[in-house]
Amino acid sequence: MPTERQADRRVGAEALAQLGWWHAHRFLLLRRFCQLSILALFAASFWYELDILKGNLSSSTVLNTVPLSDPFVLAQIIASGHWPAETALLGGFIVLLFYVLIGGRSYCSWVCPVNIVTDAASWLRRRLGISKTTRISNSLRYWMLGLSLLLPMLGGLLIWELVNPVSLLQRGLIFGLGSGWVLIAMIFMLDLFISQRAWCSHLCPMGAFYGLIGKLSVIRINARNRERCDDCMDCYKVCPEPQILKPVLKGAANSVSPIIFASDCTNCSRCIDVCAESVFEINTRFTTEVENKK
Amino acid sequence: MKQTMDKQRHSESSASKAPSRRQFFTDVARGASAAGMVGLGLTAWASSAKRSDPQAIRPPGALSGDDFLNACLRCGLCVEDCPYDTLKLATLFDPAPSGTPWFEARQVPCEMCEDIPCVAACPSGALDPALQNIDDARMGTAVLIDEKNCLNFQGLRCDVCYRVCPLIDEAITLERQRNSRTGKHALFIPTVHADICTGCGKCEEACVLDETAIKVLPMALASGSLGQHYRLGWEEKARNGGSLVPEQLKLEIRRPENSNAN
Repeated sequence: MPTERQADRRVGAEALAQLGWWHAHRFLLLRRFCQLSILALFAASFWYELDILKGNLSSSTVLNTVPLSDPFVLAQIIASGHWPAETALLGGFIVLLFYVLIGGRSYCSWVCPVNIVTDAASWLRRRLGISKTTRISNSLRYWMLGLSLLLPMLGGLLIWELVNPVSLLQRGLIFGLGSGWVLIAMIFMLDLFISQRAWCSHLCPMGAFYGLIGKLSVIRINARNRERCDDCMDCYKVCPEPQILKPVLKGAANSVSPIIFASDCTNCSRCIDVCAESVFEINTRFTTEVENKK
Repeated sequence: MKQTMDKQRHSESSASKAPSRRQFFTDVARGASAAGMVGLGLTAWASSAKRSDPQAIRPPGALSGDDFLNACLRCGLCVEDCPYDTLKLATLFDPAPSGTPWFEARQVPCEMCEDIPCVAACPSGALDPALQNIDDARMGTAVLIDEKNCLNFQGLRCDVCYRVCPLIDEAITLERQRNSRTGKHALFIPTVHADICTGCGKCEEACVLDETAIKVLPMALASGSLGQHYRLGWEEKARNGGSLVPEQLKLEIRRPENSNAN
């Protein structure tokens, strides 16, 4: 049951009223379109032999020629002591380069299908007014990352890939999920009832890995009009990594850049959607001075 | 005193938004132990997955054992390029680690394509591109595992496994044995030659029994291993061009006098 306070005002209500439904959901819709069309292309290749994008997110080929490989899986393989073949390495390099440019954790919000599951849990959490949450350290994901690379070194086996729910889900959606749904349901329940944004923002080593890749990335969210912020808190509520918002929103006095340089940012742009005051913008890391010029 | 200092430090640090040293070490310890527990669980899972792994028949050219598991990207490109839908990608509780390709010969065996598309599709080298001739594949080896129910062992001429074998009379031969039940017939015993069998599983698929008497097993499961200290006399003899041990003593046969030697 939603509490009265939450029922009074849905997240993004002002944006909805001011900007209209489409405008207040444009990045969310774009993201879902992006995520689903990637899966659809993979599925079309498997089911109908339409080989635009073939394989899955661990490794694939575009039009049967350009290889793409997940650098996280490659890192685990190398840690296990096996040197991958050139095709896989080239594929990994292409993917790496792409995310270094557009923001590492863009993978999380624009590609990874687990994001749909955890966003659903987060949405339901808000709608049901579940505020109770178990605190998990934000840095636990880096421990998980270390673990997923350390275990192959010790045991010589890709242990994390046995259970990695991210690979499991995207593979499962294309090739048949089998019993894998159990793990996905566990993540959904964990996020919904136990700890807010537990998986993507606290545990997932893949997110941590892509976050590290994206440290230098060019595409950035920018709280360019932060002086307009009316503290409605809507962006905090939808942001999967809300801890990164305060410095850029309130840092003007300490001359903190309005650009979100934190690598945890997934570039999901949901903050842009829900902000009625249009505080946020998506542009590059080189647009720092805009605010000062105004 | 110490407490107040800590408190002070804590309030200072929370004011400056930097975690205190104590907080830092607590976080590190918590993170490490949480990760350690996850790691322990995963390792246990992995070792059990490894135990069930021998049941999974791998695509042709698969590196052996752990090498394969480490090299495989779990991308399913081999599965996609298999024209007979033989290969499938393991999910969470299949008898192969999740995401790795395997097949059940009884359902759909390997059709032994000449161009080996699954190997060509593999981007990581988990399926060894050095495999050029499918007859050199070693996906496993067939083993006639149930001699009690095999029809040929009953003296019947089933022979189906022998006849469907792509390497008939090489990988599977029929060896004649005396049928002691009738006393005058022969048993034609299907005999797998593991050094030639590719493990394609066509025999397992074709077996007419309700539960197949001939099964493809991964090499590691099917083959024993001879102790290093064994020397097979006939091989040593051939290698050395003669016996290594001195000829046996020829003792003179001494018979009692006047005995009748035959």
